[in-house]
Amino acid sequence: MVNRGMIESRHSETEHAEMIRTIGIASAEQLFADVPKPLRFPSLDLPEPLAEADLARELRGQARRNTPIEDRPCFLGAGSYRHFIPATVDYVLQRGEFYTAYTPYQPELSQGMLQAMFEYQSMICQLTGMEVSNASHYDGATSLAEAILLALDATGDARDRIVMSPAVHPHYREVATTYLQGTNAEILVPDDPAIAASGLLPFVDSSTAAVVVQNPNFFGLSEQIDGLAQVVHGLGALLIVVSDPIALGLFQPPGAYGADVVVADGQPLGLPPNFGGPSLGIFATRREHIRRLVGRVVGETADTEGRRGYVLTLATREQHIRRERATSNICTNSALGALAAAVYLATLGKPGLREVAELCFNKSHYAAKQISAIPKVKVNANAQGRDFFKEFVIELTRPARDVNAILLEDHEIIGGYDLGGSFPGHENQMLLAVTELNTRAEIDNLVHALAGVVS
Amino acid sequence: MTNTSPKHTEPLERTLYEQSVAGRRAITLPKADVPDAPLPDAQLRADNGLPELSESQIVRHYLRLSQMNFGVDSGFYPLGSCTMKHNPKINEQLARLPGFASIHPLQDAATVQGALEIMHGLQEALKEIGGFAAASLQPVAGAQGELTALLMIRACHADRGQAHRDRILVPDTAHGTNPASARMAGFLAVEIPSDARGNVDIDAVRAACDDRLAGIMLTNPNTLGLFEERIGDIVELVHAAGGFVYGDGANMNALTAVVRPGELGIDVMHFNLHKTFATPHGGGGPGSGPLGAGARLAEYLPGPVVEHDPAADPRYRFARPERSIGRMTAFHGNFGMLVRAFAYIRALGAAGLRTNAADAVLNANYLRGRLKSEYPVPFDRLCMHEFVSEGRPEGSSARAIDISKRLMDFGFHPPTNYFPLIVREALMIEPTETETKETLDAFAEAMLQIAAEARDAPEKLREAPHATPVSRLDEVKAARERIVTDRAARGSDGEIG
Repeated sequence: MVNRGMIESRHSETEHAEMIRTIGIASAEQLFADVPKPLRFPSLDLPEPLAEADLARELRGQARRNTPIEDRPCFLGAGSYRHFIPATVDYVLQRGEFYTAYTPYQPELSQGMLQAMFEYQSMICQLTGMEVSNASHYDGATSLAEAILLALDATGDARDRIVMSPAVHPHYREVATTYLQGTNAEILVPDDPAIAASGLLPFVDSSTAAVVVQNPNFFGLSEQIDGLAQVVHGLGALLIVVSDPIALGLFQPPGAYGADVVVADGQPLGLPPNFGGPSLGIFATRREHIRRLVGRVVGETADTEGRRGYVLTLATREQHIRRERATSNICTNSALGALAAAVYLATLGKPGLREVAELCFNKSHYAAKQISAIPKVKVNANAQGRDFFKEFVIELTRPARDVNAILLEDHEIIGGYDLGGSFPGHENQMLLAVTELNTRAEIDNLVHALAGVVS
Repeated sequence: MTNTSPKHTEPLERTLYEQSVAGRRAITLPKADVPDAPLPDAQLRADNGLPELSESQIVRHYLRLSQMNFGVDSGFYPLGSCTMKHNPKINEQLARLPGFASIHPLQDAATVQGALEIMHGLQEALKEIGGFAAASLQPVAGAQGELTALLMIRACHADRGQAHRDRILVPDTAHGTNPASARMAGFLAVEIPSDARGNVDIDAVRAACDDRLAGIMLTNPNTLGLFEERIGDIVELVHAAGGFVYGDGANMNALTAVVRPGELGIDVMHFNLHKTFATPHGGGGPGSGPLGAGARLAEYLPGPVVEHDPAADPRYRFARPERSIGRMTAFHGNFGMLVRAFAYIRALGAAGLRTNAADAVLNANYLRGRLKSEYPVPFDRLCMHEFVSEGRPEGSSARAIDISKRLMDFGFHPPTNYFPLIVREALMIEPTETETKETLDAFAEAMLQIAAEARDAPEKLREAPHATPVSRLDEVKAARERIVTDRAARGSDGEIG
């Protein structure tokens, strides 16, 4: 370590001297001569540096102060889920060649990531029934916000209204609302959270750029969506569908029922919850919108000898080429999340993803049935007879917040999402998520605990 | 597809779909321990379109793909403006602890106090480093930080009855994300030229300071790698005209613990945790772009942010700034990146951060000194953490792209090419502080040898790279044919539209 007044260096004494000489300056401090002197080299009030062993001790201590959902019964979902992550996923993510690279601007040195992204795009298109996918967005919420911007662009200036189902994730709605602050567009959301998708149609008119539905919706319900796209298209608007990628292993893809843009949060595909991020934004659309797609896209090509290879393509949509006329400002995306999803989907494969979806379906239905047998607890009270997947709503005799506290303290169970947090007046309701990782014993314990709480 | 020169018809690595065989699988799932529920038949799909492979196939596939990829762990990666520094390995381990990776964003605050304390600690550190009154960790990328800051400026003007202020000044050296963000935030981007010393042209700024001015986007050091010599005057002009100064923190690696942007008069700035604070770039992402804001804009920051009240139970909780523009991501930003950046700052402390900046600037100037005889630097001043030279050695017809491709044969990742736009055949070189002098010397010698080759054996450059798995790829063909999914996935009738 070289110490020269205000500046230290990690180069050796000799190296440092030689570098200073090559630059042609007298001292390293001269390098900062342009910085206004009174403000130069402030004394920062930061904690003292830590050796690696001490750092590990401190952060392990902080980690222990959190309650991970990994090893205990968890019924919390609402946009982030506890699914099994095969060992292949982290094996691949830990390859330094992948995770310490950046955007593959130089394709000859980046064929690995480019091919992995091309395969990701291919699998996402298969799952969603779309024709083009980008190589990832930040998360499901920002994918939705940008899908709305795509629809506003595609449908022209006269259309500045978005009709959004109230059963779209409330945080997604918030993010989309923030993103639209720079436009004249507004989002219209009918009040009744139990409204069916077809109930949105009366709100659609010649000013509507897009209709947004989530399927399965935020409450876990399947939307009756047949014929919706035809009506929406007939009125000149696009249909944007927010999807759950696990459900797509088993259920009809949005492309089959006429969606124009499909977005989703890809966290269920091999990413841990990470306290909400980093996640993965899935963004896929039809070929007619390829020029309006946001973010990176990988295309197949050949090298000078005719060998197959991959490159980032259609870059003239993007900010580094098109600047203020770009389709979006996105640069850094979630490539590593897309890589996780690709390895996850390859590992689960065709039968595996279907089975995960079936397990989620069967276990959530088992849980719903057992809970509905508890006196005074109602299941999907506002949606009798509607199909659901993985998540459902229960109505209790007391606030969900209190019930969750008891579940955690007395039973070490992480309960569901308190709907009062996003839907005023619904304080006694809780959204429960049941995945392939919830065993029958966990579900039975939850049922037993809930019965005790309400009795 | 027709190969004009069918020397290599075998692909380097067959795709997942090309390797797929019906009936193969890599994983078995737990047996159902509950009764089957009746599935809604009409809603089911016959085929989800995924491939079918064994675990060993998958592992070998991705291992081989990784071997065809170059990261900072592979070698020198002087990609200007991207700060491709070493990513400490301990941070990867720590971020994977179940207490961080396996916590749910909607858990009760009392069960995630360790996570909230780390977020709060990072907010405080960024305030201290930046000289700001408040910070928000919501934005998940630099570009999203830009958009967020501009929406804050927009909201503040609107609250003051100044909604007519619709112009944002953007220097011609700015990253493309700046004008793109300005447009997304509903502003008109007004381009400001650079002067002969590579600074923002102050006369042009003065001329644009009218009652439609909303603010200016300043990258400092700018993308030429130069400290804005008249930043004080620019800030004063913009403030006097009623505008705000947004700082693009992309180049903050040069200035950590050297100067606080807030003290230079910056009203709001994003930090790139994936540049300055060494969170890995992930092959393109995830990043993280937290914001620091001065007193005038602090209450507009996106939320939730973490608040600390030692008297409360629990002590750390989420809250919304008073006039918050709202949420920018579904949950709390890229928490996994926040843990890594917090650990990085904890490991280094103030002294270590200043040493980073000092060595980053030293290394850049050293390379500039070694290369400028062959690669002229149009704005030849002492630079900060990077410099931009012209990739066209005298007496040759070589271009920046040829030099870049030839560098690959020497085992180096090329610098950024053709940016900033105001330098011909730009090569933007950012070595970062984590490189040894031997590496810098080896790179300089390769660059000098390439300059000699450009004159004596230009075909070596034109035909480069020679040592990579593929030779130069046809980008025009890719853009024309638009093959963006695997035809093996689409089946034999997969049409190319």
